Amino acid sequence: MPNKPHTTHDPMPLDIRVSGASLSFDRHTVFHNLTFLAQGGQFTGILGPSGVGKTTLLKIIAGLLPTGTTEICDQRGSSIQGKIAWMSQKDLLLPWLSIFDNVCLGAKLRGAITPQIQDRATSLLHQVGLAHVANKRPDALSGGMRQRAALVRTLMEDRQIILMDEPFSAVDPLTRIRLQDLSARLLHGRTVIFVTHDPLEALRLGHIIFVLNGQPATLKSIDLPNTAWPRPVDDPNVLKAQAEILTALAHSPQERTA
Amino acid sequence: MRLTILMVIFLTIWTTAWHLSGQRGYILPPPWDVAKALWSHAPLLAHHGMITLLEIILGMLFGCGFAICLGLSLALYRPAAAWVWPIFVATQALPVFAIAPLLVLWLGYGMASKVAMASLIIFFPVASGFYDGLRRTDPDLLDLSHTMNAGNWAIVRHIRLPAALPGLASGLKVGAAVAPIGAIVGEWVGSSAGLGFLMLHANARVQIPLMFAALFVLAIMAITLHSLIAYSLRRALPWIYES
Repeated sequence: MPNKPHTTHDPMPLDIRVSGASLSFDRHTVFHNLTFLAQGGQFTGILGPSGVGKTTLLKIIAGLLPTGTTEICDQRGSSIQGKIAWMSQKDLLLPWLSIFDNVCLGAKLRGAITPQIQDRATSLLHQVGLAHVANKRPDALSGGMRQRAALVRTLMEDRQIILMDEPFSAVDPLTRIRLQDLSARLLHGRTVIFVTHDPLEALRLGHIIFVLNGQPATLKSIDLPNTAWPRPVDDPNVLKAQAEILTALAHSPQERTA
Repeated sequence: MRLTILMVIFLTIWTTAWHLSGQRGYILPPPWDVAKALWSHAPLLAHHGMITLLEIILGMLFGCGFAICLGLSLALYRPAAAWVWPIFVATQALPVFAIAPLLVLWLGYGMASKVAMASLIIFFPVASGFYDGLRRTDPDLLDLSHTMNAGNWAIVRHIRLPAALPGLASGLKVGAAVAPIGAIVGEWVGSSAGLGFLMLHANARVQIPLMFAALFVLAIMAITLHSLIAYSLRRALPWIYES
């Protein structure tokens, strides 16, 4: 089973309960009163076409976009603010810092670089196979390596909740599969919400998948093939599910163009 | 190599022009007359050149210092920017040359008025480059740093400032290129020393080769300054130039 090194977080994983998430621009309602639960310690995938509001929903959950109407809490009713690590589609590595300094960015910003933090960074970089480029600047790395560095930076935050916004959509399919496996291994046991427009990515990583679609967008959970996790790409049930999701999305009412 | 070829082409065109214009040294002196003037007036050129160089360097220091402070405070305190920035843009509509006589009137024939001219002319490209750089921090980076519980000052210091350095760098390069203009115009309007002063005097006494020699010294100074700044920026900000 996946190893869980360097995790100091609460043994009881946090659920994320989202209720009343609404968003509209001008008179155009993107989504209204969305309510869902992301189970603690599991990967929850939110799948949907581009422009449906996935990233916005994730930002609302992260507290980056206050809406006033949305309630977000864990199972104890307390806020999840400060318990979140964020990983976006762009690697957001700072071009003037070495990979090592980049993965320590959070600690640096909080003025809390300690020898322990540095040891943890070294060890995590080693685990993802980036130890040899720790002193290089990001522009010397390939897209896949950069995204691995971003993953390490996310892990360095050591938060119970990880929010990922299309984390691997900018890399080639093979690298994407490797990064999915790596994330499954390293993030296992944490509460992860990831948004994606790739049905295969959702199927591989999601313990639960919600499809966000429509006008205004609604969330529907879908049935998942009962296979080992992360689900293999060559499993016939996974491929069949992927085809079904694509068909359903393709035949859903078109989003209205602005 | 390329420099040598360019020099040869330049000197050929110059000599040809001298021939075609009737070999009148008081209109266009041939290169060798200018070289002679450079040699025989070397101490004079060095003296006035040093003064102009000092004006340019002080102008750069003051102009950049003020521009960096202003860019930073406006970017950090947005409400002020809404009021102050339009004023600075408006002042740019007024050519610096137009206020040169006023500066000489207020600050005298000495170095101060020339330094003020150079500072004024440098100020805007540097301030606007830096201010734009500070304003255009990737919003996704700011989101990321908020989820990292970063304080505002830490975000400025570790993210917004370094991210704005490319903007500042291009502002500095433009500044280095225009600084000599400020100093020379200041000297033309009223001065007792400097290359601009020397050129006016040489012109009045029909010492055209000396005028060209002064121009040559000025060009060398401006090119050196620009290359020096470009070189330091490349060394200081390798991530911009090596990618």
